[in-house]
Amino acid sequence: MTKAASRQSAEKKSQVSRRGFVAGLSAGSLVLAFKLSGAQEVAVVEIDQADAPTFEPDLFVSIASNGDVTILAHRSEMGTGIRTALPMVVADELGADWNRVAIQQAIGDSRLGSQNTDGSRSIRRFYDRMRIAGATARTMLEQAAAAEWNVSPSECKAQDHKVSHAASGQELDFGALVESASRLPVPDKAELKFRPASERRYIGKDIPITDLDDLITGKAMFGLDARRPNQLFAVVARPPVLGGTVREFDATTARGVPGVVDIVEIPKFKGPHAFQPLGGIAVLANSTWAAMQGRDALSIEWENGKNADYDSNEFEKTLVESSRKEGKVIRSEGDTEKVFQDASPDTIHEADYYVPHLAHAPMEPPCALCDVTIDESGNVVSCEAWAPTQNPQASQDVLAATLGIDKDLVTVNVTLIGVGLGRKSKPDFVAEAAILSRAVGRPVHVTWTREDDIQNGYYHTVAAVHMRAAVDEAGMPTAWLQRSSFPSIMTSWNPAARHGAEFEMSQGFTDVPYSVPNLQVENGEADAHLRIGWMRSVAHIYHALAVCSFPDELAHRAGRDPYEYLLELLGPDRLISLEGVEYSNHREPIDRFPIDVGRLRHVTERVAKLANWGKELPRGSAQGIACHRSFLSYCAHVVEVEITKNGELSIPRVAVVIDPGMVIHPDRVRAQMEGGTVFATGLARYGEITAEQGRIQQSNFDDFEVARIDDSPQEINVEIVSSDKPPAGVGEVGVPSFAPALCNAIFAATGKRIRRLPLSRHDLSWA
Amino acid sequence: MIKLKVNGEAHQLENIDPETPLLWVLRDTLGLTGTKYGCGISMCGACTVHLDGEAIRSCSFSVGDIGDSEVTTIEGLAAEDEEHPLLAAWKEHAVPQCGYCQTGQIMNAAALLSENPEPTDAEVDEAMWGNICRCGTYIRIRAAIHSAAKGAQS
Repeated sequence: MTKAASRQSAEKKSQVSRRGFVAGLSAGSLVLAFKLSGAQEVAVVEIDQADAPTFEPDLFVSIASNGDVTILAHRSEMGTGIRTALPMVVADELGADWNRVAIQQAIGDSRLGSQNTDGSRSIRRFYDRMRIAGATARTMLEQAAAAEWNVSPSECKAQDHKVSHAASGQELDFGALVESASRLPVPDKAELKFRPASERRYIGKDIPITDLDDLITGKAMFGLDARRPNQLFAVVARPPVLGGTVREFDATTARGVPGVVDIVEIPKFKGPHAFQPLGGIAVLANSTWAAMQGRDALSIEWENGKNADYDSNEFEKTLVESSRKEGKVIRSEGDTEKVFQDASPDTIHEADYYVPHLAHAPMEPPCALCDVTIDESGNVVSCEAWAPTQNPQASQDVLAATLGIDKDLVTVNVTLIGVGLGRKSKPDFVAEAAILSRAVGRPVHVTWTREDDIQNGYYHTVAAVHMRAAVDEAGMPTAWLQRSSFPSIMTSWNPAARHGAEFEMSQGFTDVPYSVPNLQVENGEADAHLRIGWMRSVAHIYHALAVCSFPDELAHRAGRDPYEYLLELLGPDRLISLEGVEYSNHREPIDRFPIDVGRLRHVTERVAKLANWGKELPRGSAQGIACHRSFLSYCAHVVEVEITKNGELSIPRVAVVIDPGMVIHPDRVRAQMEGGTVFATGLARYGEITAEQGRIQQSNFDDFEVARIDDSPQEINVEIVSSDKPPAGVGEVGVPSFAPALCNAIFAATGKRIRRLPLSRHDLSWA
Repeated sequence: MIKLKVNGEAHQLENIDPETPLLWVLRDTLGLTGTKYGCGISMCGACTVHLDGEAIRSCSFSVGDIGDSEVTTIEGLAAEDEEHPLLAAWKEHAVPQCGYCQTGQIMNAAALLSENPEPTDAEVDEAMWGNICRCGTYIRIRAAIHSAAKGAQS
């Protein structure tokens, strides 16, 4: 090869590896490229020779000539086990030996289909796609073997990393078939045959997660650990009030701090803040600590802007008022208003619930490394990022927009995520690193301190929920009104939005599953003064608190057992029809994922049994129950509390049952139920972010407390209802029903009804 | 110049402010990124390392105060000739979810077991109280510590 050709080939290769995922594949690899958008076209590409044709980088499976299988993980790993579970589906369908499978993390690329790892979507959106990937590769390997042996492909079977022909006893390792298979045309998706469940080796098994060894030995690379030669470490002083700007600043002292290399101003976002950086003053140094010291030495005068009058205490009154006023009708059955008008006042029961702002506080705070390269005239040539992002594609878009370059010039590498909880779907922190790298011409790693994370976050919204029922002589509701008011997540894009978005109302509210003849669901108005963003289980948190506590209130009012009452309120097994109602069902078709009251009842019965509902308990101890459908799955909790006379709460045991349809990795489902329960324990016990003069008053784990080992449930018993229904959500499903079940237990133990979280505000003592 | 012994290796560090917390020297100067930042105020335990076998929060311990004491990080514990019983137990119970806090959890648990080879639930809670896990793996952490304790006894 000539020198020029060699250089060109090297460039091509680097382009290929930059744009693709299979850098370092050996010669003669079989590569299956999937185009997930549009017509689902599938292409095979060989990358063996120097002038390898350009290939679509949206690859899920490749097999090297030694038989090693590489499976692309395109969803972000933040603790759910998705880097293991989706590849398991591919390996199973392919017939691969898991020990010969390597997992490769994808860069951000829209051609892979959505990589936005939130909404408990990974399995349900990509289970079928992974099967197609595996089945396509398997079919071609079987065809290649059949040609080799001159037999029919239907007589050849791939399993245990080889293809065998039973009649002749011949078999070939996958590696031996790579070359011939790569010359075959890709079979049509419609012609693929999928493996029967009986032939699966991995789905349904508790395989150790891919990163287990690295995680416990300190080798795993999170965003905080990303390193490039010559990089600087940065921290940023951001406006304390949303929309604030720097009036003036003096960095003289900061520049004198040992280790500080540069000070760079980051401009405030333009238009709605969306995923843009907040702006502020960055200190760049040769260590994170030096950058922090430099930031402490900055003198900044802020212009606080219009949110400086935000007081969350005052706002609470406004919001509760909004939830008690007539609102926008979302769902209406029967004539609720007339029943209330005709009802005698002593048959009406009302309750107002409230959940304050919450912060994600992921263990690894937001952080990112960017390397922006600039040509001689100062134009940006490329940007490469390493970030713990739940959304590499949005990161790519935001980086491109921030730098004013084509997104093909932006590469987003996804590190492991030190838990995301929704915070790391919003790539403002990645854009900060890019702005700084461009300014100094070196790679820059930005770390948010815990204080930054708590004070400059995207907050779980604050919500007031008004509940009203008229009950008959048996205590069952004849009319039911529920109305929630909360600043919408959509205000991050449309600050004028005053109503909840459809997807927020649909989360555990519009689809209230109870059987009541007259039922109305409404939404009140609210303004936002902070960046509002989704947090694990999102609107289900406040909706479930109200919708699952209120039946408990009615049960006690009627002098009935809350579990029995709940079952009666759920009514007959049926699919709830919401025809004519604005309801997107977590963006899944309702016929594939119906609102199935029978499944909800089933998990409720199972959890009651698992918890030995109604068992004898000493005074101060009690059980509470709640059930809730979220992310298309069904979940129920029984929480047992033990409360001392002076009000100290402990949670000796929790039972939780989930029905998520089909399960790929049972142990990770159990882990998510345990973790969701603990996450909910923290928010129920302590979770509250408050603001005064627009500034967040909490700053770290000392004043924004989260669940710890000693105040979490001591025992969590999980049961999974296995079924062959389509796989639904898991990651967020363990959260919503916990807090109401806990509050219901507290009522049973103390007679105190908690309608406003967190518990730390309340005196739980009893006599 | 500051002398520092980490995982059996002696380092001589130039241009380091002795006030610098050990955490940032480990991570940013020595490249030992297995020790994590979580809060900077000793409230989360993600940065736990051993100083002469005792658990400390490296985010709040100045590198200048270490003197001749020996620092052990997760990298050092993981490199021991025989696999630490906690690592085996962590795998057996599939403890980690995201894994970010787990190195600090393991270092803290290792110090606990070396002081108290068979802790009760209450003693585990007492010792591990300062280590936050936002994924909520506490139940498995407790179980894994008990397993490791039993394993070491037998």
